[in-house]
Amino acid sequence: MSFPWAEEYRPKNAFMRYLDDRLPLPRLVYNSVGGGYPVPRNLNYMWNFGVLAGLALVIQIVTGIVLAMHYNSNAETAFTSVEHIMRNVNQGWFLRYAHANGASFFFIVTYLHIFRGLYYGSYKAPREMVWMLGLVIFLLMMATAFMGYVLPWGQMSFWAAKVITGLFGAIPLVGEPIQNWLLGGYAPDQPTLTRFFSLHYLLPFVIAGVIILHIWALHIPGSSNPTGVDVKSPQDTLPFHPYYTAKDGFGAGLGMILLAILIFFLPNYLGDPVNYVPADPLSTPSHITPEWYFWPYYAILRAFTVDFILPAKLWGVLAMFASILLLFFLPWLDKGPVRSGRYRPKFRIFFWILMLDIAVLGWLGGLPAEEPYVMASQAATIYYFAHFLIILPILSAVERTLPLPLSISESVLGGEEAEAPPTDLSGTAPAQA
Amino acid sequence: MAAVELNEGAPPAAEEGGVRRRDFINIAAVSFAGVGGAVLLYPLLNQMNPSADILALAQIDVDIAAIQPGQAIKTIWRKQPIFIRNLTPAEIQAANAVDTGTLRDPQTLGERTREGHANWLITLGVCTHLGCVPLGAAEGENRGEYGGYFCPCHGSHYDTAARIRKGPAPRNLEVPEYEFTSPTAVRIG
Repeated sequence: MSFPWAEEYRPKNAFMRYLDDRLPLPRLVYNSVGGGYPVPRNLNYMWNFGVLAGLALVIQIVTGIVLAMHYNSNAETAFTSVEHIMRNVNQGWFLRYAHANGASFFFIVTYLHIFRGLYYGSYKAPREMVWMLGLVIFLLMMATAFMGYVLPWGQMSFWAAKVITGLFGAIPLVGEPIQNWLLGGYAPDQPTLTRFFSLHYLLPFVIAGVIILHIWALHIPGSSNPTGVDVKSPQDTLPFHPYYTAKDGFGAGLGMILLAILIFFLPNYLGDPVNYVPADPLSTPSHITPEWYFWPYYAILRAFTVDFILPAKLWGVLAMFASILLLFFLPWLDKGPVRSGRYRPKFRIFFWILMLDIAVLGWLGGLPAEEPYVMASQAATIYYFAHFLIILPILSAVERTLPLPLSISESVLGGEEAEAPPTDLSGTAPAQA
Repeated sequence: MAAVELNEGAPPAAEEGGVRRRDFINIAAVSFAGVGGAVLLYPLLNQMNPSADILALAQIDVDIAAIQPGQAIKTIWRKQPIFIRNLTPAEIQAANAVDTGTLRDPQTLGERTREGHANWLITLGVCTHLGCVPLGAAEGENRGEYGGYFCPCHGSHYDTAARIRKGPAPRNLEVPEYEFTSPTAVRIG
């Protein structure tokens, strides 16, 4: 697909030749994830998380379809139908815990996948479209996870629906009509639950569609790699199968062990116990937080406490959405020609500060909205935006990067001494496809 | 990865039996994953079997004191109709007069009732052909040519022991598991 030396698909027998002439599906598979897709030979384990995220989506769809056979999207019976799944349905407890913890697993691997992209500059040309499609997938995941969390119709479900749709209520003029439109009423009720169930079932398939585009766009330039140096010759690559199927299989094994530990030993560790209380529109839980994977965004939302030209509520909502939408502009905010953080000593420091900042935001998002946590959230929020809007553009202009290896194979085969010419755009020339 | 490629020049050292360490790891890992995937299918398929709350409905107690000879009642067990019929002496005689050798599903009335309660014929009201509910339990319904039950869907005739006599049904109406908890009460299931 991407490089001229990619192995061509050769059907092994008469039937496969017959099929290949009429429906070249095996050819498509071979060229995408088989021996026909050449991949840089130096990928490290951080490159496992894309496949793991795909596996997580499959787990969510399979367990979700099965749970939908027993779940009841009726406000009167939704909560009891979840208890019915836990107590009556054969292995229902396993299926539900696999789905709930599968969501956390999905976010863990997706965050690591995104952080890998940030560190190794995977968002840079020519992979901007891959990056942006990935962000679309991430946004769809967040919407799907949120709506799924509403379905058990516990206290947290109910108040999550109320609060998250309330975000849209912050929009001037049209905010309240939009919120009522989303809820199908003035507060979460039967119409909300039914539409969230419908969309929660639909969106994973939309995600699967965007993943196909994500992989399609990726396979034009081919995978990035830890050096960030372009693939130059057949020596730089290995066929995806068996080399990376084996490596990804190993990673999948470790991932499944982690998921199994969560499901069988800590099934409710990542969840909020208050969601085992049925929804009550008359009483808000004393401490309300989203699931852990939304904590950093929740901290940003709550960091705005003062009206400044616009109301504080609107600032919080704008900042929360901006914190993700900002990433769509990342390929143009960081225009440095060197992709990999490995050869950007100063970027590397700021990258780890950003990771720490996000971890702090996540920690604060799970805490009550009290001092000193609010002030800490404000500082961490300011740093988050400063990283992308101030530090990265300046860094990419002034940073003196380390010498790049001549090629991937040079770097792999101990040729680190042989240096590439000084940094210019030669390191980012597109592969000769 | 590099080491892999470098070794390719020289033939890999074959261990005993010509099986390389790598072949073993490959086969073991793929087999393990395959078995794991197959095991996962069990909960995914078994969840469609009747759940615990459904199985909890699998036993019912019925008071049969009010059923007069010649009458029958319909009740529900596992969401399926059950016929409980108090046979008249004439019906019992008619059922016992049949030569079981001529039947499609040979059974005597004695085998289809409990000892000492030969007048109580308790069967599922589900035709063994394709599952319709036969007529004949309620007053005035068509009881078919043999005076038992008649299935209107495809014309199966059952006799007074609810045995198939004519029509497409392959077996007699099924007798569920039951026991008399007192002379006038049965527990089905």
